[in-house]
This record gives sequence, structure tokens and C-alpha cells, in this order.
Amino acid sequence: MYQFSGKLKMLAIILMAVGLLGTILSFVNTPSSLEEAKAILAEQEASHHGGHGSSHHGDDSHHANPVNKAEDKHVTNHKEETKDSYKSETHSEESHSEDSLKVSENHDVVTKNNLTVKNEEHSDSNYNAISNEHNSEGHAEDTRLTDSLNGYVADKVHANPSHDVAHSAHDTDHGDHHAEHVFHQMQNRPWSAVYVSLLFFLGITLLVMAFYAAQRIAHAGWSVALFRVMEAITANIHYVSVFMLIFIILTVMHKNHLFPWMAEGTFTLGHENYDPIVDGKKWWMNVPGWAIRSVIYLAIWNGFRYIIRKKSIKQDNGDLKLHKNIYNLSVGFVVLFMITESMMSWDWIMGIDPHWFSTLFGWYVLATFLVSALTVICLVTLYLRSKGYLPMVNDSHIHDLAKFMFGFSVFWTYLWFAQFMLIWYADMPEETVYYALRFKEYIVPFIGMLAFNFIFPILLLINSDFKTIPWILVIGGLFILVGHYVDLFVMIMPGTVGGQWGFGIGEMSAFLFFLGLFIYATFTAFSKANPVAKGNPFLHESETHHYYIIEHRGEDNNAHH
Amino acid sequence: MSTNKVIHALYNDDDILMDAVKKVRGEHHHIEEVYTPFPVHGLDKALGLAPTRLAITAFLYGITGTSIAIWLTWYTMIADWPQDIGGKPSFTWYENMPAFVPILFELTVFFAAHLMVITFYMRSRIWPFKEAENPDPRTTDDHFLMEISVSDNEEDLKTLLESTGALEIKVVDKH
Repeated sequence: MYQFSGKLKMLAIILMAVGLLGTILSFVNTPSSLEEAKAILAEQEASHHGGHGSSHHGDDSHHANPVNKAEDKHVTNHKEETKDSYKSETHSEESHSEDSLKVSENHDVVTKNNLTVKNEEHSDSNYNAISNEHNSEGHAEDTRLTDSLNGYVADKVHANPSHDVAHSAHDTDHGDHHAEHVFHQMQNRPWSAVYVSLLFFLGITLLVMAFYAAQRIAHAGWSVALFRVMEAITANIHYVSVFMLIFIILTVMHKNHLFPWMAEGTFTLGHENYDPIVDGKKWWMNVPGWAIRSVIYLAIWNGFRYIIRKKSIKQDNGDLKLHKNIYNLSVGFVVLFMITESMMSWDWIMGIDPHWFSTLFGWYVLATFLVSALTVICLVTLYLRSKGYLPMVNDSHIHDLAKFMFGFSVFWTYLWFAQFMLIWYADMPEETVYYALRFKEYIVPFIGMLAFNFIFPILLLINSDFKTIPWILVIGGLFILVGHYVDLFVMIMPGTVGGQWGFGIGEMSAFLFFLGLFIYATFTAFSKANPVAKGNPFLHESETHHYYIIEHRGEDNNAHH
Repeated sequence: MSTNKVIHALYNDDDILMDAVKKVRGEHHHIEEVYTPFPVHGLDKALGLAPTRLAITAFLYGITGTSIAIWLTWYTMIADWPQDIGGKPSFTWYENMPAFVPILFELTVFFAAHLMVITFYMRSRIWPFKEAENPDPRTTDDHFLMEISVSDNEEDLKTLLESTGALEIKVVDKH
């Protein structure tokens, strides 16, 4: 039996304590009033003035003020003049709807007036005028197109440097509006920091469970020696689920504004926050539905994990009936998992950008978590083996895990690219807006993660010999984990904090907290059961597992001569 | 130590063959060749054969394919005639890069796979109309044959091979 070492336990507790303190600090440091936000904003503006780039512009893009847009349009002077202007005019409409999600502001009248004027001016864009009319009447279907068109164009317009000139000449009204918008983003930041780390560890743990179930279903022979490691990691799902549940409750109570469609009045016709697009999705996007579904996901995952783990420990007596029973449970889990996982990704991640949708998204999120999960299994296994608790695990097991890490890194890249390229290629505004924002505000993490998630793993792990060398696997694994944290970061942050993002105390603390929790949960669970799943009928196959291509280092010395 | 005399020892089980190979190598005899009807896992290690470098060549061929694809897409789409096709940005290569990725990928795989296979054929000396080098037709069906070079230790070798469970031992003149 494994003994949870005092040092490691202490480390876990310290990580949690430091993480908790830092998280509290980041909540305390968040501006609590508009005035504070304005002060910070003024500071930012002062320090950024001149050659500054993106961060400030990005705030605006959400927040398109009609007056501002119109000015922009005139200042903007390139070959797409007509096109641009018809877009900016629609934008004013859009700005109203998107904006109002986050900012309570009353530009309604201005917007509508402005729109009319613009439509008359550009009579050539007939189609557009029609769709705008629909829009104002609240036809969700038509608006969707126009709406996101604007979102996209908003970026284009704002990318224009001449915007600065227009901006500085603004009236105070706009300044207020801007500050309020940024204020909300600042308020979201500590929440998002916690949410990203929470989802990261929840997803990893969940996918370890799914992988484990898949191994059971496939009657995998090689991985039985790793079963107790995987089971131990899945113990974390109970712990993170508690935090997720708290998060769900707080979100439903409107303690945070991570999900713009939960804002008051989104579904109330005539309300300043009314959003016809989201209203069209009301059958899915409504607070009770979201909360109930969220709780159901957690209940399913936790329930299956609890039962399967219990039976797996019981299986140490070698009962074959129990083995079949776990097999059936695993089949049930995987089926339900596939359904709940993609629904979870709509509810918890895609719901942050309620105007945007992608059919590939569930798979993409799955790939992110799956490759991270395999990496975590590999790293925990390497640690436990180095401490001598996994005598059955040889280099061939590690080699197999590394192959999975390699393969699913490529799989992730495939899905990332498939999603990106299809949207880039067709360039349909309602989809492109998602990537436009990421390219503008998050270009370094967004492109940088490709190196971490694809290039480094592929170069480090393509070599068969390298797949058994622990320090190479640790380095490759850390690249993968950092890369997929960034991946999740770039999924969540643009919709919640926009240009106000950063990786500071809040983000780091939340990560450390959940890392500590993960260590605590995993090693506590590992110490509670026999490290070898000795009742499993495939155990011997796993023990003698030998991938003949590789040399086994420092173990079974008679293997090669 | 060139000799034109070899011993052919035939076996009918891969396990017995493996043991025989280990024993013969243990006695420091040089095994020229082993003929088997199917791959015997671990035989290369038992024979002490150097690992193949085919995978390394494939990697290099793959990089070659990527480079050629990059050059091809850059030259045709950006350098030679940069047309506006459906609004795709053809100002620089990287701006239009996502559209080239499928080609990059496929050419990488194409070069890696085909050149590696050709390398394999060349290194193994396999081509159409090549005369088969099979010492005994049974080795393509259900027998295993070990070929050992003989200098002046013919009798020693014979007794050794008999002790390993060989079905048939023949001394053959090779030219």
C-alpha cells in the first residue's frame, strides 16, 4: 500500500492555501465601483498613450458606440469605403444588442436614429436595409447574420489607427460608457481566473475517467497496471465538482457576469438589454435549464465514478461477474459521457459567446482535455514509479502512454485547425468574429499555444527512444499541460474579460489552488487501495506487457541478450 | 573469412529457432542468414542486427515534402501570379497559409511514405523480375532455415545444430 508522504501532503496544502489567499486577494483588488475602474483606466491610458496597440482598442470593439462608428467610418479611407460604411451602419444596430449584454446603457434612440440616417445615405445596400428592419423588429433569424457581420466589421474598423483620433475627440458620454464596459470586464477577471482553472482540472479528471472506462471497454491488456493510478486521479472529480457546484449556484444568483446572456432583460422585449439573437436560443439558453443540466452532468460523472471505483476495489477478490459488471457500467458511462461532454462544452464554454456557434466545439474541447488527461496519467505514473510504488509498470507502459500523448496532441491540432480553417476560409462574419477577437487581443497565447500543443510534442515525442525517457516526458508533458491551459484560457477569457486579460496573481493562484487540490485528491485516493488491481483477469498480460521495439532501461536486464 | 561452404539447418518451430539462434551465437558462430515464412518477433534482437534507420529517412523525406509544398504554394500562389481569388489574401505566404495546410500535410505524407518505401525496396534489393534468393521453398510455408558459414569446423557445427533440434542439416556449396 502506498503511503501519502507527509511532504507531498504539505505541498498540496500549501498550494491550496497560497492559491486561496491569492484568489481572495485578486477579488479584493478588483475595482468595486465605476470610479475605481475609471481611475485604473486613466492610468492605463496614460501609460499606453502613443505607440500602444491592442488592449485598449479591444475594449471598444464590444462596445461600439454609434457615434463613434460613424466617425470612424468617415476617417477610414480605404478601397472598401462603401462596403465598410454599410457595415458600420449595421454595426450600430449590433452594438446595441451585443453591448447591452454587458453594459446597461441607453443608446437606443441614438442607435435607431443613426441607423435610419445611414440607411438612407447608402441606398445601394438594399439588402442590408431590409435586414436591419427585420432586426429592429426582433426577428432572431435575420438578425443573426447582420449582427455578427457587424461584430466582424467592428474589428476591422477598430483596427484602423485613425480611430485614436476619433476616440480622443469623444464626448464624455462615450467615456462613461467605455469605462463601465471595462469595469465589468475587470470585475469578471478574478471569476474567469478561477473558472479557467476549475474547468481545466475538472476536464482533465473527467477525461481520465473516460479514458479509464474506454480501457475497460476495450479489454485493454496493457493498461491494467495503471488502473489504480487512473482511478486515483478520477477521485479529484468529486472535489472539483463541489467547486463547480458552488460556481453554478453563484452564477445562477448573478454573483458574476461570465455568461452575458444571463444578464437581466436579455429575453424581455423592449428592455434595454434585450437581445433578439439570444432570445431565439431561449429554448436552450435559459438559467434554470442551464443550472439543471449542469447539475445533471456533475451527478452522472460523479455517480459513475463512485460506483465504478467501489466495484473496482471489490474486484481485487477476482470476481469475474464483477468484472463484467464494471464493463457494462463503463459502456453506460462512455455513452452518457459523450453526450454530457459535448453539452457541457456548449453550456459552460460556448455559452460565454452566445452569438457564436461551432459544431466541432464539443470534440475540440474533448481533445484538449483528453491529451491533458493522458499527460497527467503519464506524469503521475512516472512519479509513483520513481518512488517504487508501481513495480509492474515498465518502460513499455510508459511508451504506450507517450504514444497516446503524441497521437492526441496531433488529434487536438487537427481539430483546432479544422475548426479554425473552415471558419477562416469561408469567412462568414457571424463565425469569424470569434477568431477576429482572438487574433486581435490574444494573438500571443492563441498562436503560441500551437507551439506548445503541437510543435514541441511532435518533435519531442516522435522518437521511439525518447518515449521512455522520464525527463523528456516530463518536459514534453509540461509543455502540453501549459499549452492546454492556455487553450482553455483563450476559450474563456475573450468573452468575459476581453482586453482586460492578463496572467497575474488571480490566474496563478487559482491554478495553484486546484493543483494542490488535485495532488491532495489523487494521492489520498491512491493510498486507499492496493496499487495493483490484482483481481483483474488481464493483470498478467499487463505485467508482461512488452513492446518489442524498445530497449527497457534499468529494468529487466535480461531482456536484451 | 570468405567461404563458399554453408550449413543449412531447418526447423519447424519459431520458438526452437529462437533458442537455436541464441545457442549458435553463444558459441560464436557467424549466422549468415535466417529464412522464415513470417516475422518472428525478437529474431532481429537475437541475431544482434542493428536497428533499422528507415524511420529516420522517412522523417527527412517528410521535411523535404513540407519544404517542396511550401515552395510550390509560395511560388504559384504568391510569387508568380498573386491573383485575388475569392478575396483570399495573396499578399504574403503566411497570410494565406491556412489554405495551404492541406497541401502541406498531404505532400509531407506523400513524400515520407513513398520515398521511404522506395528506400526500403532499394535497401532490401527488391524489384520486379528479381530472381528469388530462396534456398528452400519450404521456408515460405512452414519451415525455418538458418544459414551458417563454415570454415573448418564442419563437424562441430553439425553436432551443435543437432543439439538445437534441427530437423535437417545440409552442407551446401554456395557460389
